[in-house]
Amino acid sequence: MWREFWNIVKTTLIALPVGLYTTIRYLFKRPVTKQYPRVKYDMMPRYRGLHYLERYDDGTERCVCCGLCAAACPADAIYMEPAENEKGERYAKVYEINEIRCIFCGFCEEACPEEAIFLGHEFEFSADSRDKFIYTKDDLLVPHPRKDRPYKTIFRRTRRYY
Amino acid sequence: MPSLTYIVLIVIKVLVIYGVVVTGCAYATWLERKLLGHIQHRMGPTYVGPFGLLQPVADVVKLIFKEDVVPSQAEKVTLMVAPLIAFIPGFLAFAVVPVGPPIHIFGYDIALTISDLNIGILFILATTSLSVYGIALGGWSSGSKYSLLGGIRSSAQMISYEVAYGLSIVPILMIGGTLSLVELVNQQASIWDWYVFKNPVAFLIFWMCAVAETNRAPFDLPEAESELVAGYHTEYSSMRFSMFFIGEYANMLTASAVVATLFFGGWQGPFLPGPWWLVIKVIVFMVFYIWFRATFPRLRYDQLMDVGWKVLFPLALLNVLVTGIILYVF
Repeated sequence: MWREFWNIVKTTLIALPVGLYTTIRYLFKRPVTKQYPRVKYDMMPRYRGLHYLERYDDGTERCVCCGLCAAACPADAIYMEPAENEKGERYAKVYEINEIRCIFCGFCEEACPEEAIFLGHEFEFSADSRDKFIYTKDDLLVPHPRKDRPYKTIFRRTRRYY
Repeated sequence: MPSLTYIVLIVIKVLVIYGVVVTGCAYATWLERKLLGHIQHRMGPTYVGPFGLLQPVADVVKLIFKEDVVPSQAEKVTLMVAPLIAFIPGFLAFAVVPVGPPIHIFGYDIALTISDLNIGILFILATTSLSVYGIALGGWSSGSKYSLLGGIRSSAQMISYEVAYGLSIVPILMIGGTLSLVELVNQQASIWDWYVFKNPVAFLIFWMCAVAETNRAPFDLPEAESELVAGYHTEYSSMRFSMFFIGEYANMLTASAVVATLFFGGWQGPFLPGPWWLVIKVIVFMVFYIWFRATFPRLRYDQLMDVGWKVLFPLALLNVLVTGIILYVF
């Protein structure tokens, strides 16, 4: 009986205050909440979001429509048709990515020999129709005088090891 | 025959006190959501107004515009009356809580309590117990098994805790020698006269029973979300639900005010005028209510009965006995 009594005393006078202390500590810590729709946060540097087609510094397209990205794509989401411009250079006349099929693995980015396709940080591209998810070249190519940041440097000209 | 001025003053006093209590109920919900959020590493309400301070207003507007659903299996009349029965007693009990020293105005001495009953404590015990009828009737008349279980649990819980609730005050009455709350507050003028220091066991029992009496966590068995959907108010919506809701918060406010009055000197305190001290003390106890909810898991049904009958009840009786012996010897 005394043991039971002692247990009750121990619970009320020691265990309960310890529990209360545990919870009240969190009152004085910063909440982990991210105020997402109101405040936009930067994604991690290697985040794989919506694709974009990069240009050279003078504004010409990097993509030569070799088809390696389409070959590497495990989801078969990339479709392209090549053409030649007036200088005789090969370029992509049609370049489409079906963003519903895409699994955002980043294999296209790795396969690309011209460093033309990248996976960006954009992730808010929901739409109300399946057709709107087929991104054409107009949607994917970055605008020519690019304002927010310079075009990506081309590693294959600078790096020695692959 | 009291003059017209006197009656007007009394009416103003009643309106002001109940206005503060109703506003307090609204902002108790805000305080609860905010504190609970921060304790759980969240923000709580932030959108409506600065720090989400207008959230209660938005909630009330939303609740008013909701559809009032009446289940087809329900007992219609009881279903409609039950929220009122749960809603009123919480406010009724506040009538005997002294909120400040008597003030002298327009040649009249106005006591800052709605009614100075000489059986104030018994009145509080009687009225706070009434709200369980609203909960039990609401649970039964909804015609839903979850509601019925919630109502039954509420009444069972009330019976187990009411005894210790009443008995825990007895030592205070023995020391104070009066049942009037105004008298009891006057006896606790200095901090060393607070009854919490004279009889801490009575305070602990009373506070636990007050939490159980107002159906708050960890004794929130009647509405146990994880077991009974929402317990007794499962079938309620719109303003009828919010009446239960406000009733619960009014009960919490009243219980906090009663604890402050009985054990912590009521409105007595230095520097600030009386009502502010009562407000501060009530807020402190509301914070404790919320803190308990954030910390303790819900008791099982049999554990609740165990604590009520096997621990609190004998302890309260023992406390009465010991206090009696000490009072007789010294």
